[in-house]
Amino acid sequence: MTNSIAEIGDASVIMAVGTNTTSGHPIIGQQVRAAKRKGSKLIVVNPKEIDLARTADHFLRLKPGTDVTLLMGMARVILDEGLYDKSFIEQRCEGFDAFVGSLAAFDLDSVEKVTGVPKDAIAAAARCYASGQPASILYCMGVTQHVQGTDNVLAVSNLAMLTGNIGKPSSGVNPLRGQNNVQGACDMGCLPNVYPGYQPVALEEVRAKFESAWGAKLTDSPGLTHTEIFDSMFSGSIKALYLVGENPYISEANSSHATEAMEKVEFMVVQDIFLTESARYADVVLPAASFAEKDGTFTNTERRVQRVRRAIEPVGDSRADWQIVCEIARRMNAKGFDFSSPEEIMREIASVTPSYGGITFKRLEYGGLQWPCPTEDHPGTPILHTERFPTDTGKGKFKPLAYRKSAEEPDEQYPLILTTDRSLYHFHGTMTRRVYGLNILEKEEMLRINPEDAVQFGLKDKGKVRVTSRHGTVETKVLITDKCPRGMVSMTFHFAETPTNIMTCSELDPVAKTPTTKVCTVRVESV
Amino acid sequence: MKEKINLTINGRSVTAEKGMNVLEASLRNNIYIPHLCFHAELQPAGACRLCMVELDGQRTTIACKTPVEEGMVVRTESPEISETRKVALELLVADHDTDCLNCVQNTKCALQRVADHVGMNLKRLQRLKFREEKLPVDDSNPFFTFNPNRCVLCGICVRTCSEVQGAEAIDFTNRGSEAIVAGFGAKPRIESNCESCGECVVRCPVGALTEKDYERPTHQVRTVCSFCGCGCGLFLGVRDNRIVSAKGDINSRASQGRLCVKGRFGFRFVNHPERLTSPLIKKDGEFVEASWDEALDLIVEKFSRFKGDQFAAISSAKCTNEDNYLTQKFTRAVMGTNNIDHCARL
Ligand code: SF4
Ligand code: SF4
Ligand code: SF4
Ligand code: FES
Repeated sequence: MTNSIAEIGDASVIMAVGTNTTSGHPIIGQQVRAAKRKGSKLIVVNPKEIDLARTADHFLRLKPGTDVTLLMGMARVILDEGLYDKSFIEQRCEGFDAFVGSLAAFDLDSVEKVTGVPKDAIAAAARCYASGQPASILYCMGVTQHVQGTDNVLAVSNLAMLTGNIGKPSSGVNPLRGQNNVQGACDMGCLPNVYPGYQPVALEEVRAKFESAWGAKLTDSPGLTHTEIFDSMFSGSIKALYLVGENPYISEANSSHATEAMEKVEFMVVQDIFLTESARYADVVLPAASFAEKDGTFTNTERRVQRVRRAIEPVGDSRADWQIVCEIARRMNAKGFDFSSPEEIMREIASVTPSYGGITFKRLEYGGLQWPCPTEDHPGTPILHTERFPTDTGKGKFKPLAYRKSAEEPDEQYPLILTTDRSLYHFHGTMTRRVYGLNILEKEEMLRINPEDAVQFGLKDKGKVRVTSRHGTVETKVLITDKCPRGMVSMTFHFAETPTNIMTCSELDPVAKTPTTKVCTVRVESV
Repeated sequence: MKEKINLTINGRSVTAEKGMNVLEASLRNNIYIPHLCFHAELQPAGACRLCMVELDGQRTTIACKTPVEEGMVVRTESPEISETRKVALELLVADHDTDCLNCVQNTKCALQRVADHVGMNLKRLQRLKFREEKLPVDDSNPFFTFNPNRCVLCGICVRTCSEVQGAEAIDFTNRGSEAIVAGFGAKPRIESNCESCGECVVRCPVGALTEKDYERPTHQVRTVCSFCGCGCGLFLGVRDNRIVSAKGDINSRASQGRLCVKGRFGFRFVNHPERLTSPLIKKDGEFVEASWDEALDLIVEKFSRFKGDQFAAISSAKCTNEDNYLTQKFTRAVMGTNNIDHCARL
């Protein structure tokens, strides 16, 4: 997030794109509702009638996968009506002319046709977003899990720059990160193309720095992404997999492919707190300590590094993940793994990661610190880009965009669009499924479908249904609800007995390589 | 700094901040005024009328709804005020389930505190009994119980649900002595809009809303929630090397003391019987328990054979920064490949 969670409540306009905030990020959802009660305007962009839509001033119920078009249409209105922030664009941004050029294709009539949202509604929302300052955009998986994911993110930034809503309190573009420490896992370089702090592996001087810090020769060949790793296991070029705390069986797009890949790989180690469905394919399973049993830090969605503290002894013979990794490395005679505490590890992290340079456990005792925090006397950064953008010129770059289709469009054989989403009561599933009460609140998978579609396909409420995509098939129960628009059905992916992601499509966003779990086409039959 | 206001309470000169009400000003200066329906994070409702005080030697007023003013003279006790409070209290206690020793709020209950201060006329109390039978308990929610026989109708839960959580799941139904808090449309909570956040449970001043299976921890440890990216601050309650409770950390800048259903009630996975407690090695298709030495030696032997781009690691967005840092360092520096990713893309 460019801004902080606590600022959201003071925004005068909030636009929530593709996020069911009250379920996915409940505490941020509270902030949105609080702002609304104080009189802020709320724009909800979502194919589904999510809870926030009930109180929204503008509810743009677009066709799944058409976000770019809608956001560009809004930008066009703001431009045509002169509602943009001229001085911000002149002083802080570049590439404006090319961007304006690309808006030519997004006249409201075409935008209405593509998105299914009436043009007056688009124009009204655009005016609302542009005329209330500060305005904050929140977005989530709904935006990034598309073939067009990267474009969606750019379209959101374009809109914010156009109205000068960056670098100020309660404004900004605020991606809501799903898991507790996705932000941290990225910051720490658990990505194939960057070392900790997003320092590119391809840069010679960066590599040299890490070679000397780690005392090891490092490769310059780029690594594979999550989905590519599973493809390579499938094809046999990857022979050993070390899977730490993840369950691709339920979380991976096109998970039957992932499952086969796990069967094929020669040697697989799974390190987790439970014997997950994926762990069953492992050759060795290592018991890991849970968050309550170890010290360390998590970095939340607002870039705040916070202390995690050990509350109890590790359960059984389990060990903290960092200890296990050190132990394996030492047994392989590697140097640089003699840590005796997470605090020591953080010292090394700070020494090689400029944005974490000023972070120490001692400072974190008094509350979290938001990166960039380059030095020990730096107070941290609640708001990004207040003076410059992290680009070569320091300017924010407008990006011209075009409309691209989703990988899968509905057709006769697969007439419905399936999207996956999250329940308030579960998180992926490995942990929450083992909490008795959370299972009572939501105990099984349901296919959510519009009443008219249900009639057309002969489905009964609470009846059984078989859902089939090009990639796989599952059986589940039906829940008829007009919260789903016609032509679209939705399911969660928390339940191992109904592995929704068997059906989803692993077509990748060409830049971010994010699988498009949000859009995949299916047919449904009553059973 | 907020503007200071000088006033006199029970003959003592005290200061308060502009914007406070008389109840807050008094409590801040360690002068107790009985109260039940006031909560610092919520709009005052003026429902219980226990906080009645005398202003400037003339009129009586409700302290929680009266903003402080410069030079105000407040009296918190008088025979007339005492009598009013006694009556108000007796009406509340008459049908109350006063089995205090069996109530988790015992010794921390706001009603006990009020009763202790105000006192009661037992004879009158007997005559006031309205109900012969107890009201049914709503235990439809898996995490907490609502016992209307212990409810003082302060409305804190109702205001919490609308002002803090924004769910508007519960409200008063019926009027007068029949009044009761229930899910919208007098439904059990499980059928209402309730999001099970438990914010109402932590704010209930008495034992009407209580956590199920509650065990009081012996000590608490400050940490961060492990479910979503909000990173709410929480205190884990520990008892006998088990996690038995979770409480919001009011000093957390991310969450200001609030938690959702997962953060507050989801901790039970930690001590779940299915936790992995020993390394496992697959032999002839079956997992068998192994020692750490055995498991690690096997891993080291295999990993040593698959160095370079035949190896890949997938790290976890559930693990700490320190865990993740070492996993990628290991992959790059020891295994010699950049094949490292995590599940953020999903
Ligand atoms: S349940 Fe508790 S908070 Fe709610 S009205 Fe009754 S006593 Fe007050
Ligand atoms: S648990 Fe939360 S949502 Fe449910 S009634 Fe209480 S405050 Fe409202
Ligand atoms: S308490 Fe809820 S909102 Fe807060 S971090 Fe945990 S899961 Fe997220
Ligand atoms: S506390 Fe003031 S009326 Fe209840």
